[in-house]
Amino acid sequence: MSDITKLTVHETLKALKNKEFSAVELTEAYIKNMENGRHYNAYITECADKAREQAKVADKNYQSGNIRLLEGIPLGIKDLFCTKDIRTTAASHILDNFVPPYESTVTQNLLNDGAVFLGKLNLDEFAMGGSNETSYFGPVINPWSKDKDLVPGGSSGGSATAVAANMCAASTGTDTGGSIREPAAFCGCTGIKPTYGRCSRYGIVAFASSLDQAGPIAKDVEDCALLLKSMAGFDEKDSTSCEIAVPDYVSSLTGDIKGLVVGMPKEYRPEGLNPEVASYWDKAAEYLRARGAIVKEISLPHTKYALATYYVLAPAEASSNLARYDGIRYGFRAQGNGNLDELYINTRTLGFGKEVKRRIMIGTYVLSAGYYDAYYLKAQKMRRLIHDDFMKAFKQCDIILTPTSPITAFPIGDESMLNNPINMYLNDVFTVSVNLAGLPALSLPIGLSSDGLPLGMQLIGKPFDEETIFKVAAKLEIDAKFERK
Amino acid sequence: MAEYIIETAKGKWEVVVGLEIHCQIISKSKIFSGASTEFGDEPNTNVSFVDAGMPGMLPTLNKECVHQAVKTGLGLNAKINKYSEFSRKNYFYADMPTDYQITQFRYPIVGEGSISVDLSDGSVKTIGIERMHIEQDAGKSIHDLSPTKSFIDLNRAGVGLMEIVTKPDFRSPEEAGAFLRKLRSILRYLGTCDGNMDEGSMRCDVNVSVRPYGSSEFRTRCEMKNVNSVKFVMQAIENEAKRHIEVYENGGQVEQETRQFDPNTGLTKVMRKKEFAHDYRYFPEPDLPPLILSDEYINSVKAEMIELPDAKKQRFVETMGLTAYDASVLCENKENADFFEKAAAGHDAKKVANWMMSDFFAMLNKKHLDISQSPVSPENLGALVELITKEVISGKIAKDVFEIMSETGENPEKIVEEKGLKQVTDTSAIEAIINQVIADNPDNVAAYKAGKTNLAGWFVGQTLKLSQGKANPQIVNKLVKEKLDN
Repeated sequence: MSDITKLTVHETLKALKNKEFSAVELTEAYIKNMENGRHYNAYITECADKAREQAKVADKNYQSGNIRLLEGIPLGIKDLFCTKDIRTTAASHILDNFVPPYESTVTQNLLNDGAVFLGKLNLDEFAMGGSNETSYFGPVINPWSKDKDLVPGGSSGGSATAVAANMCAASTGTDTGGSIREPAAFCGCTGIKPTYGRCSRYGIVAFASSLDQAGPIAKDVEDCALLLKSMAGFDEKDSTSCEIAVPDYVSSLTGDIKGLVVGMPKEYRPEGLNPEVASYWDKAAEYLRARGAIVKEISLPHTKYALATYYVLAPAEASSNLARYDGIRYGFRAQGNGNLDELYINTRTLGFGKEVKRRIMIGTYVLSAGYYDAYYLKAQKMRRLIHDDFMKAFKQCDIILTPTSPITAFPIGDESMLNNPINMYLNDVFTVSVNLAGLPALSLPIGLSSDGLPLGMQLIGKPFDEETIFKVAAKLEIDAKFERK
Repeated sequence: MAEYIIETAKGKWEVVVGLEIHCQIISKSKIFSGASTEFGDEPNTNVSFVDAGMPGMLPTLNKECVHQAVKTGLGLNAKINKYSEFSRKNYFYADMPTDYQITQFRYPIVGEGSISVDLSDGSVKTIGIERMHIEQDAGKSIHDLSPTKSFIDLNRAGVGLMEIVTKPDFRSPEEAGAFLRKLRSILRYLGTCDGNMDEGSMRCDVNVSVRPYGSSEFRTRCEMKNVNSVKFVMQAIENEAKRHIEVYENGGQVEQETRQFDPNTGLTKVMRKKEFAHDYRYFPEPDLPPLILSDEYINSVKAEMIELPDAKKQRFVETMGLTAYDASVLCENKENADFFEKAAAGHDAKKVANWMMSDFFAMLNKKHLDISQSPVSPENLGALVELITKEVISGKIAKDVFEIMSETGENPEKIVEEKGLKQVTDTSAIEAIINQVIADNPDNVAAYKAGKTNLAGWFVGQTLKLSQGKANPQIVNKLVKEKLDN
C-alpha cells in the first residue's frame, strides 16, 4: 500500500478488517498529513494525542471482532460542533478559549460508531461566508491552488480542504445556505446536506436555526452514505429533529435508475451562466439519460427571490442566535468596561469579525419595529413559495439536477467580493433554495474546468429521500470518473 | 355597584386599569430544560447547559408546563388555542443568558376568558382576560453583595411562567385587589401556581390611565412593573391615578412610560421613557415547532378539572344553605373549603360555617397555624356542632369544649363525657335549682311580682350559674317564667 490516506472510508474499513494496517498506523499516517499540511490552515485545533488513544481502542476492537460502523476512521470535525473537552471556537475570537463540557449529538454518534477525531476544522466565522476568509484563524488554502492561493469555498472550507488533501478520511460540515456543498464542489469532494431534521442540531453552534443542517464531506458518494448513516437520527434534545427511521444508505447505492425522472430547473440557467458550468450540467444530464433516466426541464419560478429571502432570514435568526456571545458567562470578554452596556459593546466589537457584525446588523434591522413586515415577514412568505415550487416540481420528477456553484474556486482576497459582499453572496445562488425548502442535496465533482479546477453537480431530493440522491449520485460518480488529489 | 370616582376641585375622574400577571408554573423541571425548579437552593445549582445559554444548546418544551397552562386556561374560563407558537423576545440583560426570552407572541396558548369577582358592596363584576401565554423566567441579578460587582443566579432562569393579561376592565383599586385574590385562589385550587407574591412566584404589572368621569376614551397609560403585593397594587393604582389627574389638571400631558412602584412611599417613579422603550424584535422561535393541541388532549385536561371556587361557592349556597358571604370566604382557599365540607358532612352546615369563621379561624390565627396543622380535626368540629344541635351541650359550654379540643385534639364527645359537661334537660332537676334560687331571693321575687319583670333574666342567669352552665337555657327560661308567674 503506497499511501493509505488516499483510500476512501469504505476501502479503509475493508483494509482494517483485513488487517492490512492497524488503526494506529492509519491515524499516524493522517496525523503526519495533518502536520505536513499545516500551510493549508485547515485545522484550528489538532488533537493528535487524543486521536492516537482512540485509534488504540479501535485496534482492540478489531482484534476482538467487536467492530463498529466507523471503527478507527480518522475524521476531521468542523469547529462548529461542540466537542467535549476539546476547544470549540466557531472560528471566532469571541469563542477562541471556549472548551465545551458537552458533546454534540452528531459527533457523539460518530464516536459511538468508533470514529477517531483528528482535530477541529477551520471555517468561516460562525459559518458566515462562502470562502472561509472570515475565519478569525485566517483563510484556508484550497489544495487545488496552482500559482495563486485559492479559497476552498465556505463555510466548511477546512472540512473540504482536509478531505481533498488527505488530512482526514472524511469530515463533518454544516450547511445553512450551501456551506457543505460549495466547498465540496470547490475542492473536488462529495458532500451532502441532508433533509432539515435528519441530523440533530444539538451541540452545533447555531447560525440560522431553521436552515442549519449537519452533513458529511467525503472522498466519494459511498463514504457520504456511510457517514450520514452514523450522523443522522432522531434526537429528543432537538425538537426540530424528525422521528423518522434512518435507512441504510449504503444499500441504496446499487440498483439502476431506469425510468427515474430527473428535473433540470430552467431558472438555474440564467443568461450569462458560465459556459463550462452549463456544459458540465448538460453532460451530467446526458450520463443519466444514457442510463435510462428521463431528463426533463422543470420550473422553480421563485428561484430569483431565493438569495434575497435567504439573506433576510438567515441574518435575522443569526442576530438572535449570536446574542448570547456577550462576554458574561464564557468566551472572550473585553477589559476595562465601566458598566454592563460597555461590557457588551466592547466584547462584541472586538470579539466578532466584520462579516458576522454585518449580518447581525442586517438581521437586527429586518426584525426591527417598522421593518419586520417589509423584510422578515415577506421573506417568510417567499420561503413558503419557494418550498411550494419544489413540492410542485417533485410531482413531475424524482430528483433535481443543477450545478452546485456558478463558479470555481477563486483567489483568496478577491477584491470584487471583499469590496462588495453581494458578489460573494451571489455564489450561493444555486444552493440557498434547498435550505429554504429544507430539502436534502448532495454535491459531487463532475470534472475539471479549463483552469484545472473542480466543478460540482448538485442533486436535490424530496424530503427525507436521501436514498434516491445516493443512488443517482453513485451512477454520476462512475460516469464522471473524477480523479481525486 | 359603588363607583370609584376621584373628585377634585376641578372635576370628576375615573381610573382605567389593566393588569399583566406573571405566574410561575408549578412543575418539577423548567419549561425548556430538565433542570429543577426548586426554590431557595444554593445559587447556580439548578442550571442546565440550556439554561446557561451555552453554544449549541436547544430548548425542548416541558409537557408538564403545557398541561398546567391548559388547566389554568380552563380555570380562567378561557379559549384554549389548539395552535400556538413560541417567539423570541430579544433584549440584552446579564441574567438572561441567551439574551432573548422564549415566549409566545402572536399565537398564545390561551385566548379570551373571564373571572368574576365579589366586591365589598355585594356586587359581582366580571373581568375580561385578554390572553395567557407561557414563557421562560429570567435569572436574578444581585447588585448589593459588592460595591463593584454584580452577581447572577441562574436557578430561576428558565422556570416556566404563565403571563395572564386582563382587559382594561378595572375601575377601582378594590376591583384590582379582588381580582388578584380571586386569581390567586383559582391558581392555588388548580395547583398550577402557588401565588406567593412576596416570594415573586406571582408578579404583577399594573397599567393605569385616567379619564374624565363619564367619558369612554382611553388616555395614555403608564405601566408599573413588578408590584409585589395586592396591597401595593391597590396603592399603586390610587397614587398613579392621582398623579395623572394632577398632570392633566395642570394642563400637562401624561407620557407613556414604564414606572417603578416604591413600596416605602407608595409612589411611583420613572423607570424608562417611551423613547427608550426596547424594540424586542419578536420573531418565531426556530428551535421549537408550533405547539398543536388536539381536542382529545384538551378534553382530557377538562376531565381532570376540579370544582373551582365559584362553583363550590354556588353549591355551598344552594345545597348547604350558606350565605353568599360565608360561602365565598370559605371557598377562597381550597383547604378551608375542603375542611368545611368534611366538618359539615351530616351536620348543620350553617352552624359549622359560623364556628369555622369565628372560633376556629381565631384559634388558628392565635396559634399561627395553617389549617393543615389544625389540632381540631374537621370530624371533631362537626361532632362539636352536632352536640350543640342535639342540645347535649350549650353553645357556651361548647366554647369551653372547643378550647380543650384545640389544646388536646381530643374528640368533643369524650371531653363532654369525661368532664361531665352534658347539658341538663331534665326539667325536675332544673326546677329544683330554680326553686332554690327563688327561695334564696325573696326580695327579687317580690320585686318581680311588683312589676320588674325584666328580673326574669337575672333568675335565669342565677339558675344557669348554679347548674355550672349545664342547664339547657331554653328550658330554664321557660321554667323560670312559669315559676315566677305562678
